Amino acid sequence: MKEGKVIKVSGPLVVANGMRDAKMYEVVRVSDEKLMGEIIELDGDEASIQVYEDTSGIGPGENVYRTGMTMSVELGPGLLTSIYDGIQRPLQLIEKVAGAYITRGIDVPGLDHSAKWKFKPLKSKGDTVQGGDIIGEVEETTLINHKIMVPPTIGKATLTDIKSGEYTIDDVVAEVKDEDGKSHELTMLQKWSIRRPRPVNQKTVPKEPLVTGTRILDTLFPIAKGGAGCIPGPFGAGKTVTQQSLAKFCDAQVIVYIGCGERGNEMTDVLMEFPHLKDPNTGEPLMKRTILIANTSNMPVAAREASVYTGITIAEYYRDMGYNVALMADSTSRWAEALREMSGRLEEMPGEEGYPAYLGSKTAEFYERAGYVKCYGSEGREGSVTAIGAVSPPGGDLSEPVTQNTLRVTKVFWGLDAKLAYKRHFPAINWLASYSLYMDNVRDYWKKEVSEEYEPLKIEAMNLLQQEASLAEIVNLVGMDALSPKERLVLETAKSLREDFLFQNAFDYEDAYTPLKKQYWILKCILSVYHEALPLIERENFSFDDFLKLPIMEKVVKAKDIPRDQLEKYEDLYKEIKTAIQAYGSGKASA
Amino acid sequence: MQKEYKTLKSVAGPLILVEGVEGVKYEELVEMTTTEGAIRMGRVLEVHNDKALVQMFESTQGITTEGTKAKFLGKPMEIGVSPDMLGRVFSGSGKPIDGGAAVIPEKKLNINGAPLNPYSRDFPNDFYQTGISTIDCLNTLVRGQKLPIFSGAGLPHSRVAAQIARQCKVRGEESNTAVIFAAMGVTFEEAEYFTNEFKKTGAINRSVMFLNTAADPVVERIATPRLALTTAEYLAFEKDMHVLVILTDLTNYCEALREVSAARKEVPGRRGYPGYLYTDLATIYERAGRVKGKKGSITQIPILTMPEDDITHPIPDLTGYITEGQIVLSRDLHREGIYPPVNVLPSLSRLSPTARKVTREDHEGVFGQMYAAFARGLEVRDLAVILGESALSETDLKYLKFAKAFEKRFITQEETEDRSIEETLNLSWELMTMLPKSELKRVKSEFIEKYLPDTKQA
Repeated sequence: MKEGKVIKVSGPLVVANGMRDAKMYEVVRVSDEKLMGEIIELDGDEASIQVYEDTSGIGPGENVYRTGMTMSVELGPGLLTSIYDGIQRPLQLIEKVAGAYITRGIDVPGLDHSAKWKFKPLKSKGDTVQGGDIIGEVEETTLINHKIMVPPTIGKATLTDIKSGEYTIDDVVAEVKDEDGKSHELTMLQKWSIRRPRPVNQKTVPKEPLVTGTRILDTLFPIAKGGAGCIPGPFGAGKTVTQQSLAKFCDAQVIVYIGCGERGNEMTDVLMEFPHLKDPNTGEPLMKRTILIANTSNMPVAAREASVYTGITIAEYYRDMGYNVALMADSTSRWAEALREMSGRLEEMPGEEGYPAYLGSKTAEFYERAGYVKCYGSEGREGSVTAIGAVSPPGGDLSEPVTQNTLRVTKVFWGLDAKLAYKRHFPAINWLASYSLYMDNVRDYWKKEVSEEYEPLKIEAMNLLQQEASLAEIVNLVGMDALSPKERLVLETAKSLREDFLFQNAFDYEDAYTPLKKQYWILKCILSVYHEALPLIERENFSFDDFLKLPIMEKVVKAKDIPRDQLEKYEDLYKEIKTAIQAYGSGKASA
Repeated sequence: MQKEYKTLKSVAGPLILVEGVEGVKYEELVEMTTTEGAIRMGRVLEVHNDKALVQMFESTQGITTEGTKAKFLGKPMEIGVSPDMLGRVFSGSGKPIDGGAAVIPEKKLNINGAPLNPYSRDFPNDFYQTGISTIDCLNTLVRGQKLPIFSGAGLPHSRVAAQIARQCKVRGEESNTAVIFAAMGVTFEEAEYFTNEFKKTGAINRSVMFLNTAADPVVERIATPRLALTTAEYLAFEKDMHVLVILTDLTNYCEALREVSAARKEVPGRRGYPGYLYTDLATIYERAGRVKGKKGSITQIPILTMPEDDITHPIPDLTGYITEGQIVLSRDLHREGIYPPVNVLPSLSRLSPTARKVTREDHEGVFGQMYAAFARGLEVRDLAVILGESALSETDLKYLKFAKAFEKRFITQEETEDRSIEETLNLSWELMTMLPKSELKRVKSEFIEKYLPDTKQA
């Protein structure tokens, strides 16, 4: 293919001429150092290229080599447990090639092409298959069976050959003949362009919650498997801790965690912690179901832009196998800033705050790749990608363009609040501002799997918290004494809800993860105090101070400490609360 | 062969456009020689066909479009590094200004560095004792961390930073330490304060100083922190030293960046700062940390003054998104004469949970308790302003007293007072005696037994 010549260099943007027949989003190699870049604009003979590596020392006259390929990722066994940069280069290999610092022009494959995998056929010769159908599987980790699928580009075809045994991802494991009589050799490796969503048969409405083990999320603002959510918050409010705790405990089978323009040490923390953490659902190391993409803030800005697409393409691939995948992107604001920087260098007309006018459509495109789907192919599998993006609004101001564009396309909003973080109330999610539009989707699941009462309890808890907010204003003005006993009880219950239910310590083993049933029981115990106390408080001789000093109150506070495998104890606790308060009530009545 | 060009087309602010050039590379270093023979350095910011846009690191005063010669050096800006740099003072562009001879470099390094592979990083976990209670107990510093001081004009951030530089140590370790100090646009007096402070304590022998004062060229500041950090990386990862880098004042650095951006007529982001401010700051702050298999480390304490004490201003805001916490100074405390005026509530150290595990068993609980009690105390104080103290409950009154004592005894300390972590924790327990025992919910009961002073005896 013809080579182009560099005519302009401005930061990560390189313009080259002699590129007349180049394709949009084609991958090119700039200069003899072979820096990887992608064409993002074409104008006659000239192509604007965003370069994924540092461009120092590049100048006009140097060659630009074409590859004819669009920006793609390698999909196949070996993805899990990997740690990639934004353009799917394994960081471990980069270290081997270049040492501790990432230098330029490093070309390493996304997957290990020499490793052998044990391929187990699930179809036999003569079977009819089509794109998306599973022909065999490989045990990728102890947690995940990697399904080998016919690439979506192939139509209806007949299997003419399939063999079991140990193969590398480049070895041919099967052969099909399509309806036109053309033969295709199938390997365990697929390449897919990161900017094109992988096809599905049909998108469907999500119907199950993604259980995260974080009480405020699961009970008050649930997200559905296949849903899209966002976590905006100022710095220090706990975005990353929340995202990481989602990655650790949520009940998706595969996790894709994208550290997009974030802190290096934070990624190191994840890299060091995950291999030692056990998945609460299976007891296996978390790393075995996880793919990490780390493009820290000091790594080249264009690769940051690509990292979210790399991540979601990998997520879609596992979804196609029939898995529930959760994708966390921390933080999408850095991705938007990368867009802004490239747009500025292209001298495009800016929209709000210098962001390009297409920010909204790009954001929507990304979140729309999440969803609960009937997978591509003839087999009727279902899978899902749940996308959760952190947003870092400047100064915590939610009216800025990235947050606003994200809110438009996500249905769950977990708003982090600096004030709560200052009080060290974690997770610092503001229960009055946050919302979830998936309540209708998860209702049936809740009724069937948890309890009929779960939703009414949740609504009551929300009401109490809401009332607390308005009462708090009165208290601040005129003091506690002005409140009626009922209002006082509301305040005490809301306090208990905040401190004993919503507050959760992400660093404590037992507290960090709470299954849905346990959440239900804790909530029920706390609210039972409220229900039992209601008839008592209007009595003349009722004293709040005495009531709060009842020994049973200690037990309510400690309700969340009951281990998650001893849920039967809650039944007893619940009864104990009822009897204790009733006994206190009758004692008062006779006195 | 290096060619010289006399084809300067325009000079605007710190930018010079040179035409008719050939073979010029992006980020290449440029040497401009004025008609009077003065030499000024710059770098290529953009190159388009035969036009090169050069950003000067020094003043453009005296540069002429006719007569001035531009020489493209074919290499990016480099600094010659050597262990002999310890004890020396350099200008903001890396020239010795202490009257000493030029340093003979052991090697030359590109000042932009390269991004550290997150996989190669080692997680920082050595507790770095600063001797300042509010930092050690509540916002524990870890070696390899980047912890900025968010200050305001007129607050004693320099004194705090100097105290940290003087006192910080990893206990029980005779370590090989160095302090690198980079001043960007600070006043002569402030720079002098640090120099004297270092001289007084003898710390100057293990420090390297880069001084760009307010009188020096604005754009030179863009290179200053990079020179400092390149030196730091060399000392830390090639000479096994534990390096503490103090950068002051990042606000001036960002303003220099804005000036260049405006001169280029770029589309501005918030408040006129360039859209890439976050990325640019990240290339500075992220050059802190530890590397697997290396003994040394880089700890960064950048100082920035928040314009109008506004923490949502782009500079502190973007900084907070990159650094591992922040120490915020408070004007109110300063007015009350409290030193160091650390505003405890918005301050944060993200790495402190790991550090708290290695200090003393009760640290975790004490941290939670002191924090919660002080926060409650401040709430009560607000309430007392509206309702009057007489309306407060007995417990609330105790919290009110606690908050006062916390400010007077825990936050306040002498500039020369180097409290060990044990002293700090014992002081915390002493203050906790002011509260009813039933309120001490965050500390484990075994530690209350062990550490809480017996109030009856006292």
